[in-house]
Amino acid sequence: MSTVYFLIVVVLVLTAYFLGARKASGAVAGGRGEWHSLPAYHGLFSASAVFIPMLALYAIMAPLAASYIDSAALSQFDPALVAEPLQRGALMRDASALAAGQYAGAPTPELQAAANSLNSTRVVTSWLILIIGCLAGLGAMQYARTRISPAFRARNSFEQITTIVLLACSAVAVLTTIGIVFSVLFETLRFFSKVSPIDFLFGLQWSPQTAIRADQVGSSGAFGIVPLVAGTFLITFIAMLIAAPTGLFAAIYMAEYASPKIRSIIKPILEILAGVPTVVLGFFAALTVAPLIRGWGEQFGLTVASESALAAGIVMGMMIIPFVSSLSDDVINAVPQALRDGSYAMGATKSETIKRVVLPAALPGIVSAMMLAMSRAVGETMIVVMAAGLAANLTLNPLEAVTTFTVQIKTILVGDQEFDSAKTLSAFALGFVLFFFTLILNFIALRVVQRYREQYD
Amino acid sequence: MDASTRTPTLSHNPRILAERETKIVAHDVNVYYGEKHAIKDLSIDIPDRAVSAFIGPSGCGKSTFLRSINRMNDTIPSCRVTGDILVDGKNIYDRDLDVVQLRARVGMVFQKPNPFPKSIFENVAYGPRIHGIAKSKADLEEIVVSSLKKASLFDEVKDRLDHSGTSLSGGQQQRLCIARAIAVNPEIILMDEPCSALDPIASARIEELIDEIRQNYCIIIVTHSMQQAARVSQLTAFFHLGDLVEFGDTDEMFTTPKDKRTQDYITGRFG
Ligand SMILES: Nc1ncnc2c1ncn2[C@@H]1O[C@H](COP(=O)(O)OP(=O)(O)O)[C@@H](O)[C@H]1O
Ligand SMILES: [Mg+2]
Repeated sequence: MSTVYFLIVVVLVLTAYFLGARKASGAVAGGRGEWHSLPAYHGLFSASAVFIPMLALYAIMAPLAASYIDSAALSQFDPALVAEPLQRGALMRDASALAAGQYAGAPTPELQAAANSLNSTRVVTSWLILIIGCLAGLGAMQYARTRISPAFRARNSFEQITTIVLLACSAVAVLTTIGIVFSVLFETLRFFSKVSPIDFLFGLQWSPQTAIRADQVGSSGAFGIVPLVAGTFLITFIAMLIAAPTGLFAAIYMAEYASPKIRSIIKPILEILAGVPTVVLGFFAALTVAPLIRGWGEQFGLTVASESALAAGIVMGMMIIPFVSSLSDDVINAVPQALRDGSYAMGATKSETIKRVVLPAALPGIVSAMMLAMSRAVGETMIVVMAAGLAANLTLNPLEAVTTFTVQIKTILVGDQEFDSAKTLSAFALGFVLFFFTLILNFIALRVVQRYREQYD
Repeated sequence: MDASTRTPTLSHNPRILAERETKIVAHDVNVYYGEKHAIKDLSIDIPDRAVSAFIGPSGCGKSTFLRSINRMNDTIPSCRVTGDILVDGKNIYDRDLDVVQLRARVGMVFQKPNPFPKSIFENVAYGPRIHGIAKSKADLEEIVVSSLKKASLFDEVKDRLDHSGTSLSGGQQQRLCIARAIAVNPEIILMDEPCSALDPIASARIEELIDEIRQNYCIIIVTHSMQQAARVSQLTAFFHLGDLVEFGDTDEMFTTPKDKRTQDYITGRFG
């Protein structure tokens, strides 16, 4: 039925457009002189006058209808049965199956009644939606047609409608973000009712296993995030140690030294590297880099864990090189040629010019490229899972196994969960801290970029 | 075009050349951008301690020739220069000549002010630092201050030498660029339409400044304003489609041009 509804929407919108445009252009035949807007704008105005109410009505009526259908069907059953959520779900499934003619076995009279109710209310509500929608659409079309006149500023009105639609779309994005933050915040607060924030933020031990029965071994978990902070920091640090210079120098080469031809080859290749799925990089880290490092370490008589922060950090560094290099390349290219000319004309060589003029001018942009790359590294999970392990060691030794925020969140939430244990809730608290951290990074990056913009506008 | 129209109509040897030493001698210079022939068999003598103006319709090669005097054309891959340009009798296209040193002797000011996004002080100190001119920190400060004074900018910025050069007004920025060029003690200063991005008042200040410093430098200024050429220069060269059509004393050029094309341009018939 909703397919029919939207077909009708399309037909009405197109009709409204053509009627609107025709009315305006038909009247125009004698000369455009006194018409404010072009016919196409009258058409667009009419079309959006039809489209928006029909869409909005559907968005409001469809969920209302769905809940009415359900409650009508459920009213056929014993209220005591319906009160239990699991029971209610099972009853609804059975009733739907019966209504669709796919129920195996003999239905009870209540079930039969519910199925009948489903069938009838569905038909009624969808016709209702269809009729209300069509009436609204036709009404809107009529209203739009009466407004079409030489003096009507259809272009400005359409502009306003566009603005409102764009605003609504960005509001959706913002509201989603706010919703996510609040749901995580809410769960985090629940977590803090079980574990004190002080223990959480400053505890030196992380082992989230809480026993189900009080007499089990290790019955209480430890929720100190310091080992995770250390692990995240260590891996990110190693990654940046590799990605920052490599990416920056690659960018300088591409922007300043490479011929256009070489640049057109290297840049896409680097961007392919950015597109490699992290799972693939993860097994590259675990199966190739980690054994290599262990081999080297043993030659020097070092004990290297088979899963090490170093292996994960190196591969993660390789993953984020393209972020650094591609963004830095863009900002270096954005440095005006006039500055380079000014420097050359003073007798500076190419490398002096890059060092003293180009890089300082591009510095804010480069810093923000680094920040973005860093928040990528902090948020990365797969490589760490596969190459650095799960052990929450509190160490800064890159040869040991460590673990990070994202890995712990993933580990905690994989598999069957009790949704109110401290263990499960701790994932939300971790997520919240992580969110806060990347927020700060992005904020710094944003501020730096703003300063950069001011300089050249 | 036959050879006779290519040879510049010398206005019986400009007077100014008889009074001053010759600083730059160009002989049969040709400049190409790939296939495009931008300067054709150009020969000119440019006097020291005077202002020479290059005028002509846009695209006639004024900037191109100017940029071949400090070899800025080297930075354009497709650009090729043939012929000889001599500064103080020494060919600047010689293999053993170091462009770094050449550009320290030949300063340049661009059409659009292009201060570096550094402090005012650092902008002026840029050249001295690169060329190791200052012996000490005090020395450097001395150079910066005297350069700013010569560019008649010091009084306006003396309290905020640590502010960004880009925070100045357009005219101040251009004077900062002149100070930056002066700071390395050049002998020649090339200016490519230095006032075209400025308002009339800022332009007038630059013109005044050029007039003040001309005793000490060989200045070449490209300009699209004939009034400006008439006001600031002692010698004017008129370019047309890659040819140097005519050059001579400015006052004569504007009163009694020898060539029909010069006359048309000056009287505003094209350009
Ligand atoms: N970088 C370049 N590449 C190719 N052609 C150029 C380049 N710069 C200038 N030209 C050409 O050379 C001619 C002279 O240019 P230019 O010296 O800039 O003229 P002017 O400064 O007198 O306006 C013009 O026809 C211009 O199109
Ligand atoms: Mg020019």
